[in-house]
Order: sequence, then C-alpha cells, then structure tokens
Amino acid sequence: MSPFDPSWSESIPHEAGSFPDAILAGALLAIDPTLTGIWLRAWPGPSRDDYLNNLAALFPAGTKTKKLPLSVTDDRLLGGLDLAATLAAGRPIHNAGLLAEAEHHILHIAMAERLSPQHAGKILGRLDHGAALTLIALDEGLPDEAPPKSLTARLAFTVEILPAGPWPEVQTILLARKNLAAIHAPAHAIDHLCALSLALGVNSARAEIFALRAARASAAFAGRDSIEPPDIELAAKLVLLPRATRLPAPPEEPQPPAPQAESAEDNGPREQKLEDSVTEAALANLPPELLAALAAASAPSRKTGGGGTQGKSAAPTRGRPAGARPGPLAAGARLAVLETLRAAAPWQPLRSRAEGQKIAIRKDDFRIKKFKQNPRAIAIFAVDASGSSALNRLAEAKGAIQHLLADCYIRRDEVALIAFRGTAAEVLLPPTHALARAKKTLSALPGGGPTPLAAGIDAARSLADAERRAGKLPLLVVLTDGGANISRDGAQSRPAAAADALAAARACRAENFSALVVDTAPRPQKFVRNLAAEMGAKYLALPYADPKRLSRAVQAEGASHAGHH
Amino acid sequence: MTFPFTAIVGQDEMLTAIIAAAIEPKLSGVLIFGDRGTGKSTAVRALAALLPDIDAVEHCAFHCDPADLTTLCADCRTRLAAGHLPTIKTRIPVVDLPLGATEDRVVGALNLERALADGSKVFEPGLLARAHRGFLYIDEVNLLEDHIVDLLLDVAASGENVVEREGLSLRHPARFVLIGSGNPEEGELRPQLLDRFGLCVDVKTPTDISTRVEVVRRRDAYDTDPQKFTTLYAASNAALRNKILAARQMLPLITVSDGILALGAQLCLALGTDGLRGELTLLRAARALAAYEAAPAVTESHLRQMAAPALRHRLRRDPLDDSLATTRVDRAVADLFAPA
Repeated sequence: MSPFDPSWSESIPHEAGSFPDAILAGALLAIDPTLTGIWLRAWPGPSRDDYLNNLAALFPAGTKTKKLPLSVTDDRLLGGLDLAATLAAGRPIHNAGLLAEAEHHILHIAMAERLSPQHAGKILGRLDHGAALTLIALDEGLPDEAPPKSLTARLAFTVEILPAGPWPEVQTILLARKNLAAIHAPAHAIDHLCALSLALGVNSARAEIFALRAARASAAFAGRDSIEPPDIELAAKLVLLPRATRLPAPPEEPQPPAPQAESAEDNGPREQKLEDSVTEAALANLPPELLAALAAASAPSRKTGGGGTQGKSAAPTRGRPAGARPGPLAAGARLAVLETLRAAAPWQPLRSRAEGQKIAIRKDDFRIKKFKQNPRAIAIFAVDASGSSALNRLAEAKGAIQHLLADCYIRRDEVALIAFRGTAAEVLLPPTHALARAKKTLSALPGGGPTPLAAGIDAARSLADAERRAGKLPLLVVLTDGGANISRDGAQSRPAAAADALAAARACRAENFSALVVDTAPRPQKFVRNLAAEMGAKYLALPYADPKRLSRAVQAEGASHAGHH
Repeated sequence: MTFPFTAIVGQDEMLTAIIAAAIEPKLSGVLIFGDRGTGKSTAVRALAALLPDIDAVEHCAFHCDPADLTTLCADCRTRLAAGHLPTIKTRIPVVDLPLGATEDRVVGALNLERALADGSKVFEPGLLARAHRGFLYIDEVNLLEDHIVDLLLDVAASGENVVEREGLSLRHPARFVLIGSGNPEEGELRPQLLDRFGLCVDVKTPTDISTRVEVVRRRDAYDTDPQKFTTLYAASNAALRNKILAARQMLPLITVSDGILALGAQLCLALGTDGLRGELTLLRAARALAAYEAAPAVTESHLRQMAAPALRHRLRRDPLDDSLATTRVDRAVADLFAPA
C-alpha cells in the first residue's frame, strides 16, 4: 500500500506524538464524548475559530454546534412553555430547552468565566442525569478569572495554547470511536494513573476516571487494543497535570519544601499556633463593626454629587434578575412577560375581550422584573509587610485584620489580601469567602524589606476596580506605618515614594471607593493621616494594646484551653 | 441504572451517616462536606436506588402515604371521605434542587398551561412536593441563594409547604431527608441551615493508592458494562436493603439506658453545643446505628461513633477556624469515654 492510496491514513496507526496537545485533547474528546468537554482558555479570534471548527469536524456527521449565551433564561435553558408560540397558536406549545436540544451535539458556553455557579448548576444537573452533552467552555478571562469550579471539574481537558494543524483524519477518529469499548485497561495501567494522580495531589476520583478514559481513547486513536505507556503519559499530561496541586516530591528528600503553601495545606505544618494566639490576643481595640459602617457609608444610595437622575428610582433596573413583583410600568421598569401572563391567566374566562384579542391583560396584572443590585461587599486588605512595619507592629496589624475578618464573616463578605514589601505588591489571597484561608495566609505573611506604598495602593485599587466591575462593592483597608521609600518606578527615594503614594491615594479617591487607612506606626503619623485624606478614607491610628491587657488575654486564653482538657 | 451502593469504596463515615438518615428520617438530613469528585452524589443516588418502593396514593401529586392518615394532603382527605384511596407502588423520590432554581420551581406555582388553556387555577407542584417522603439533594448547598435557603428552612422545620401566591392558597405535606453537599472553602453555610442537617460528615479523597485504584477500577467496570457490574453487587445490595428495613422495624424497640443519656448530655455540655438539638440528634443517630447493627440497646460505642457527625457542626465556633470542630469533638469523646 502506498501513501497515495486513499485508505492509507486509515490503516496506519496514528502516533499521538505527532500532534500538539490541544489537538490531541480535541481528538480524544471526539473519540470518547463522555470526557465531556474542554475548558478552552483563549480569546476569540481566527485561531480559536479554527480550533473549534476543526474540532467539530471530528465528530460524526450531523453533529451540530450550539451556543449557550450568558443571557439565556431558565425557560430557554431547561425548556418550558413557549409563550410566543402558545399565544399565536392559542394552545400550549412547549420548547425542549437548549440543554435538551444540545444532547449529542456540541455546546459552546460563551464567556464561561462570567457564568454564575447557579447557571452552571443547572447544566451540571443535566450531566448528572446522564445527558450526553459535549461542552466547550470558552473562557476569555483574565488570569484571576475562571468559570465555576463545579463546571471545570467536569471537563476532562484544559486547553490554553491553540496550535495550527494538522488535525487527524475524521475516519481515524470514527474508527477509534468504534473500537473504544474493546480497548483493554490492564490493572497496572490503572495503578500507574492513580499513583501519578496521588503524586500530583489531584483530589478527585473523577479526574482519575477521566484520565483512564482518556488513556483508553488514546489507545484507540493509536490503533492499539490495550492501554500502553504512551497512552498513560498522554492522559496524565492532558488530564492530571492541569489539576495538579503540587509537584511530585523528589524521592530523596524526606521533607520537601512545599513551594505552594496554598495547595499543600492539608499536611502543612501547624506550628503557627503560638503566633496565631498572640496575634489574636493582640486584637487591637478597633471600634466594633467598622467595616459595616464603611459599607453603609458607601451603599449605592450614596450621593455622588452631580448626575442625580438615578437617585430617585428606588428599585434598580439592572443587575441580576431576582424575580418579579406587581407594579406599574413606569419609565425604566422592565415587564416580566411570563409573570404578567401568569397573573392574567386565571381571569381570562371572566374578562371580556375585543374582537380577535386572544388575551385580556389589565393594569393589575403587570409584573415588573426585579433586579438584585445589592452587591456583596468585598474587603480588600492591603498590608504593609515592610521591614519598618515588621519592626513596628506587623503582628498587631495582623491581629487587627483578624478582628476585621471576623466582622466580614458576620456580614458574609468576601476578602482579599494584598501584601506590599520589597519592590512590589502581591495579591496573596484572591477574593474568597474562605476566611480560614485568609487567616492562614495572613499568619504566614513574613515581614521585611522596603516599603513600596504606592505599589500597594495601586494594586488594591486595580483589584477593587475589577471587583466593582464584577458587581461587588469593594472596601479598601490599607494598613501601613507610612514609611514609604520605594517609588512607583522602583527607585529608592523617600520624597518620590511619598509623592507617588499620595498620587495613588488620589487615584483611589477618583474611583470613589470606600476606604479605611489604619496607621500602624508606633505614634500616629501625619503622613498617614494625609494619605487617608487624599484617599477620601477614614483614618484610624491602631490603638496600642496595653501590654498588661495583652498578657492577661493570653493567660485567659491558656486557661480556657486547659479547661477543655 | 445506578451505581450500586455497596460498590462504593471507603468513605465509611459518609455511608454510615446516610444509612442512619435512611433508617431514622427524624434525623432530617445529612450534610456532606468535601472535595469534588469524592462520590457524594453517587452515594445519595445509590442509596435511593437501594431502598424499596413505597406505597403511595394513586394520582396524588404529593404521593401521600395511605398508611399515615395524619399527613394526607387536602385532596387525599377529600377523596378518602368520599371513598377509599387507591394505592400504588412508587420509587422513593430523589429530587435534585439545582443551584439557581427559581422560587416557582421549588415551592410550586400556578400551572400556566392550564390557566391559559381553560382558565382553571391549578397548582403545579414544585420540587418540595416531589421530594415528599424521599430525599432532597442539594449539591453545592453553600452556594444556594438566600431566598431559596429561607424557603427550605421553613419547610424543613415544619414538614409542610404553605403556598400563598398568585391567587393560590394551599398547603401540602413536604417531609424529606435533606442531603446537602459542598466545599466549605467556597462559602460558608448559614448556621440556621446547618442546624437543619442532623448529621454532618467530612469526606476526603483517599490518600492511599490501593483505595484510589479500587475506586477507578470499579467505576471503569461499571461504565464498561453497567448491567454486569450491577448484577455483581445485586446480592450485597439486597442484603443491605434488608438490614436497613430490619433496622427500621427495630428502631422503636432499642432501649437507651440512663447512663447513656447522661453521657450524651455530658458530651454536649462539654462541647457547649447550642440548645437541645445536639443531644437529641446524637441520641437518635446512636439509636439508628444500634438498630443497624441489630443491637438491643444503645452502647457507648454507638454514641462514640456518631458523636462527630451529630455534633461537629453544632459547636459554637470561631469563624476563622474551620479545622478544629472534629478535633474538639474527638477530644471531648476521649475525655469522657472509657478507652475503647
């Protein structure tokens, strides 16, 4: 048989190594659609279009590609009564819903990073009940944005780099699809995959099952009748590696230095206990519900000066839909069609109708869409972890933050943590509800180095800005002793650093964020007070905890622990 | 076809808690915290498939229990007064409450189709009605929206769904075992909702390789040939079903000595749990376990085994500390109980 024979490509086993990973992921998905889907992190453009088109071409003839827009409504997603058709026909007409229509086809989830866990839940519910969905989550997110984890956990593959072809022949895929069920999975292959998964810290049996399926699909693709080492390698690379929470420990070292504290927390050392209790006891005497007061001050009703046109309308007309309520169709209100019809329906037999009018709707029937624009607050802590601050009262600042965290817990806010020291600011903890994690991160925060105050404020501002765009209400809390000595361009100059910090503060004010500046210097600093003023922030000098009280508190803590034994 | 319950590998605490809730519905639910992909929803669905069919009133939207006249819905009561209630066998319902379910879907609403077609005011039962006498399963319960949580809290406490909307005014029984799962790292649960779950268990991905291999192997065997795999476990599933049914029969006969009662109370006191629900739940859970093990009386060992699941979510807790609850319960148990 020569390469010019038309059936050549069909009969020569494919070597997986001859294709880039992203294309292999697509091929394996086409071979075994129970791998469910791909989390595709790429911006729109010709290469993404090419990828999606080539991928769709691998599926059996007749497979369609459907798109799930973010704005999909429940009745369209899950199916229900088709109102327009029902009214036109005068009898109930149902629509199956997008998810039902998408079975055995490919469903693109547009802007998946903006998908709410609630929407994801509905899709996953269908998957749970055995719906044959092939999902491509199109994620155009920035590095710190991602689709709901519940969704990405169900998609076997993650693809970030989109290569140009060549793609495998569709006949090869179809043949592999046919042979898939007959592929043998030897016991040692499963052992091997599980060992890899354990070593990589993958905490999900689902991932291991995906890996096994991927290995089987890979064997089918290569024309083997049993899973062999290259298949395992490929499955591990495509399925397990993107889910790794740690790198495999080198066999020699008994105590690996655990580079990623965040993921290795299960077996992480618990020796920070002592430090914790000290910081807790040091709980500076902050006024209670400080954050609550701040949040109240910045509630959406806050007068912004100028542009007062929206001030009058009490109900927001944008935001997340949150049901409907009876009400007049005033300017700006949006009619909830389904609910209005539902309200009108029971009265139809009683109401007189004009000739040809199918439905009589009265003013009382109007239901107005209610939107939820009461955003969850997020407290963004920017902590000065520089050497001077460490020397001063970093431990107490930590205590103060913990106090504020407890406040957040009560109010069910999210928190984020930024530390600045050396030459840059770093987001230590992206926005989270997990206060325990915030606490852990905080206790592990080391101090030292110069103070890039401007960088810290800038980082807090850009995070606050992103969170506000995501519909949340950011509160900035900056803790510093004011010893700024690194300017924005990284140069070591006190005057420049101070000027930059004040400029950064002004930028915050321009954005109208609510903010709190906590002065952690031994004595209240005029500079920090100025900074707060420039920021439009509340200023608070961290009150000194009386050392006697502190030790008494520590003793009391110890006694209460002893009481439990 | 459902993955057989007895084929689930490991996760003993979770399985025991789910079985206890199936034996004693008064435990009112299980909350399962843990990583994704640890078999939480598999276990819930498997249990429902394991349990025998129930008797229900035919053509009743709430599948009322014909044997329990006190919980009949209004419709069934009218039918009963007019004659007798025809009975059918039906599967125990397992109803998923998806995140983002609307109030309409949960509570029930006016049947729009009927209303538009003939103007009649007919109630379209919601998820709460469908879950009556079965399981209501909420994945990612910690992400559930507040207004849905509020609905649930009320219904779970009263066992009755009261609908007052869109010109409808009715009530119907809604008693179900609440099963919630979630990952606490992604959001906290309101204490009121925590309280509605009798038991709370933590599941972890097993860290030993042989368990993990067995999980994958069984799942793979099931995926390859569900029929064959299910047959393989049919006998053990049937044995477990009989054991649960026997335990339900035995439950009222299990005795609890004063000593055990005192021990339970001491434990709750030492842990400072709020209210009496902790003690009551602990006792019920221990009794369910005793019944499951066919023991005539509740022993210290039953109490010890159920202490963590019954109490760990009831401790007055430090909001910044999520790791200590289990340890605290264990420590209190070790202090109070004679060594096993």
